[in-house]
Amino acid sequence: MAFTTKMKVKTGEGGHEVLCLVKHPMETGLRKDRKTGEAIPAHYIEIMTFKLNGSTVAEAVLGQGVSKDPLIGINVKGAKSGDKINVEWKDNMGETGGTEATVK
Amino acid sequence: MNRRLFLTGMALCAGGFGLLKSVMSMAMEWPKALFELESEPDVVKALFGDAPVAESGGVSIKAPLQAENGAVVPIKVTTTLADAESISIVVEKNPAPFITSVNLQPGASGGLYSARIKMGQTSKVAAYVKAGDKVHMAAQEIKVTVGGCGG
Repeated sequence: MAFTTKMKVKTGEGGHEVLCLVKHPMETGLRKDRKTGEAIPAHYIEIMTFKLNGSTVAEAVLGQGVSKDPLIGINVKGAKSGDKINVEWKDNMGETGGTEATVK
Repeated sequence: MNRRLFLTGMALCAGGFGLLKSVMSMAMEWPKALFELESEPDVVKALFGDAPVAESGGVSIKAPLQAENGAVVPIKVTTTLADAESISIVVEKNPAPFITSVNLQPGASGGLYSARIKMGQTSKVAAYVKAGDKVHMAAQEIKVTVGGCGG
């Protein structure tokens, strides 16, 4: 399964606000399938790393408590026009994803 | 052996080994043990050890007072503390109170972290910000009308 990752960079006070949206089920492992009654296995993003021009700016730890299709926001300081912001994530089933955006 | 006993056992084992070294070190391993703790004080202890925790005006939570859907509760934590190293979100009454956290690079990232979280029931939501040797926190009660944990 591939999950779409989208990123948006907004210019705000004292830096750039980076918002990252991943289409991901974020299953807790507690839910059951209504038809079969079988437990749906846990499936969630564990780590999300934000980089500015290749150096790590923030590393987020996620778990089952984060909503489906997580929208994670951080603030990046000192980014200039043309700089590259990159996000990568990894989930508990070893799947990965990410995207890159250029600061306007 | 029931599930609760099993999980408590797991948490205790983890407490013995894993939690002694800093769980929040920059060499990122997913801190499994943190997500298995079942009470907020345990989580705070695992995150920050014995560092003093104090309510601070330097941390603020922007969240709804009432959430119609506990499965998606938007939380935005901002801090004015210049040397903030990490921001963690803890929901007191969730089965796993530790929700998420972010490690920041002072200087490279501003004091902001936003996420959408799940809440099982009306609870206090706390944001902990580690800055230097101290831990600053802010908390807010969020009312949940429909739970977001389990089916």
